Amino acid sequence: MLTILFDGVAYGMLLFILAVGLCVTLGLMNFINLAHGAFAMAGGYLTITLMQRAGVPFLLCLPAAFIFSAFLGLILERTLYRHLYDKTHLDQVLFSIGLVFMAMAMVDYAYGANQQIVDLPSYLTGRLNFLGASIGVYRLFVIVICGLLALGLQLILTRTRFGSRLRAAVDDGRVARGMGIDVTSIFAVTFAVGSGLAGLGGALGTGIISFDPTFPLKYMIYFLIVISVGGTTTITGPFLASILLGVADVLGKYYVPAVGGFIIYTIMVLVLILRPQGLFARGPAR
Amino acid sequence: MLRRHILKRIAGAGAGLALAALPGLSAPALAQETVKIGLVLPMTGASASTGRQIEAAARLYMSQNGNKVAGKTIELIVKDDTGAADQTKRLATELIVNDKVAVIAGFGLTPLALAVGPVATQAKVPAVIMAAGTSMIVERSPFFVRTSFTLPQNTTPMAEWSAKNGIKKVVTLVSDYGPGLDAEKAFKAKFEADGGEVLAQLRAPLMNPEFAAFLQRAKDLKPDALFLFVPSGQGASLMKQVNERELAKAGIKIIGTGDVTDDDQINGMGDALIGMITSHNYSAAHDSPENKAFVAAFLKANNNMRPNFMAVGGYDGMHLIYKALEKTSGATDGAKLVEAMKGMAWTSPRGPMSIDPQTRDVVQNVYIREVKKVDGQLWNVEFATIANVKDNTHPTK
Repeated sequence: MLTILFDGVAYGMLLFILAVGLCVTLGLMNFINLAHGAFAMAGGYLTITLMQRAGVPFLLCLPAAFIFSAFLGLILERTLYRHLYDKTHLDQVLFSIGLVFMAMAMVDYAYGANQQIVDLPSYLTGRLNFLGASIGVYRLFVIVICGLLALGLQLILTRTRFGSRLRAAVDDGRVARGMGIDVTSIFAVTFAVGSGLAGLGGALGTGIISFDPTFPLKYMIYFLIVISVGGTTTITGPFLASILLGVADVLGKYYVPAVGGFIIYTIMVLVLILRPQGLFARGPAR
Repeated sequence: MLRRHILKRIAGAGAGLALAALPGLSAPALAQETVKIGLVLPMTGASASTGRQIEAAARLYMSQNGNKVAGKTIELIVKDDTGAADQTKRLATELIVNDKVAVIAGFGLTPLALAVGPVATQAKVPAVIMAAGTSMIVERSPFFVRTSFTLPQNTTPMAEWSAKNGIKKVVTLVSDYGPGLDAEKAFKAKFEADGGEVLAQLRAPLMNPEFAAFLQRAKDLKPDALFLFVPSGQGASLMKQVNERELAKAGIKIIGTGDVTDDDQINGMGDALIGMITSHNYSAAHDSPENKAFVAAFLKANNNMRPNFMAVGGYDGMHLIYKALEKTSGATDGAKLVEAMKGMAWTSPRGPMSIDPQTRDVVQNVYIREVKKVDGQLWNVEFATIANVKDNTHPTK
């Protein structure tokens, strides 16, 4: 029971780190970026490439994936995304889904459609026994990193000057600009960090899930569930939602394997009926 | 890799040009000289490895045996259905109606093959199944002929072997779709008939990224062995999680069909796989002169990509089509071709095989294999043979 709970939390944490960037762009910048998974895929494939072809240690790959995806995000934000901030949501959806297909085709071309696997370093494999539960070392590692990141993000957003500027820029961009806040570069940095987090999530994910070119579409549904259940106005909302979904998914598959795959969707439907603004959101969704 | 893509692009562009030029002049002379074979395969998407393997094998067969059969020139047209059944159906229809192919073949997954059944029946065009492994597909159209394998055919020997080798309690974990259910059913039937007990039958969704819960449940049930089936191309992610969960250390033997220890991917799955027992119709390590020649030629032609059971299904599928055309002296009438295929027997790289004249399904040896490290690479080394296995789940007429 503890083991399975632990697996669920680890899976949820991974979902959170993959989805939190989307939560930032969607909730804070009010921009629908369905190509979010493509940044996660970039991080994942970078890790795979570095480890398999260049022999870079796994722990170095994690920051590399973050930087690579953040940089990629920054470039795309400056060249493409910023033109769409003022467009309708439909335009944003069409644009970003187009990016997804391009990213999938590029990865398919470069790596082939096979599932890619990495061999984790030996100190991250194996299992620990803790209070009678058998815990995978790697999953513990994922939980610790993601937990720290969630905490850090929350602090940055609520306690720092950057955080309050970002919130101001989102609430009313024109007024914020009038107050001398550089809205453009704040958005650019935020977008880059969001993409970088997705890349980091992708890199961490290589140890648990396998990567193939359909990754952005396969996981898009999970990201969107996290966002819709958690709401987009906070960091804690998606965080709790991810863990809830991870645990529900794993527990469901364990105890009622016959319907296990559907539980996560059932939760989403229930939440959307009862609390359309998201389970943990404070105000109504914008 | 890159070169293959470029070649494919060029070939594709060439075919496009040819098509664009053709409609104006429907030359009957030309049509008589050329026999077109349409391959519908998942070349992209999750099952792309299946498509790549089959296409490579079909092209290898043509390069080895020439493109002339009974005075006709064979032309191969490859279409990508991305693994979506509606696409398979559309492409098969287009191939038959526009390209006037004599035979359609390929079909990477069961739903893809099933989608083609009505098309083949209506157009009276033989459809050679080179991959899909659900038993009942061949019953859905009198024009289906299979050169791959069926899950009951490959699974039953595994159940028999397990019961004979001290395994009493088993948990099965399969992908929740046609072939998975076939494997689950066939394993349970044979294993329980032989005195074993199946503790639980777990089914993971086909597109499942996370097996943790299923594997933990299997582990907690403490069986002697865990039986696994996932389709070709997905074994790697499953085995990664099996290793992570350390089932072997808990005293649980990992067994399965050879789909899991796919030759195409096995080297990426890691040494934790060593000792896994599987049953299957083909291993690239099969010890025969035919197979040694096949594997060597395949590796050479495909940048060292190792052929798997999908490749051999494609290779034998082409062989069957060639031989059937020889037998009909080049006549492309669908019913005649199917008739010629029935009962055909030959020695394939996988060993002796034939087409059952009653069911049009494949009859072949099934081998029990163990994963071993030979010369620094992982191989499925065969150590027992069950000769001429038929899929006995077809209704007898």
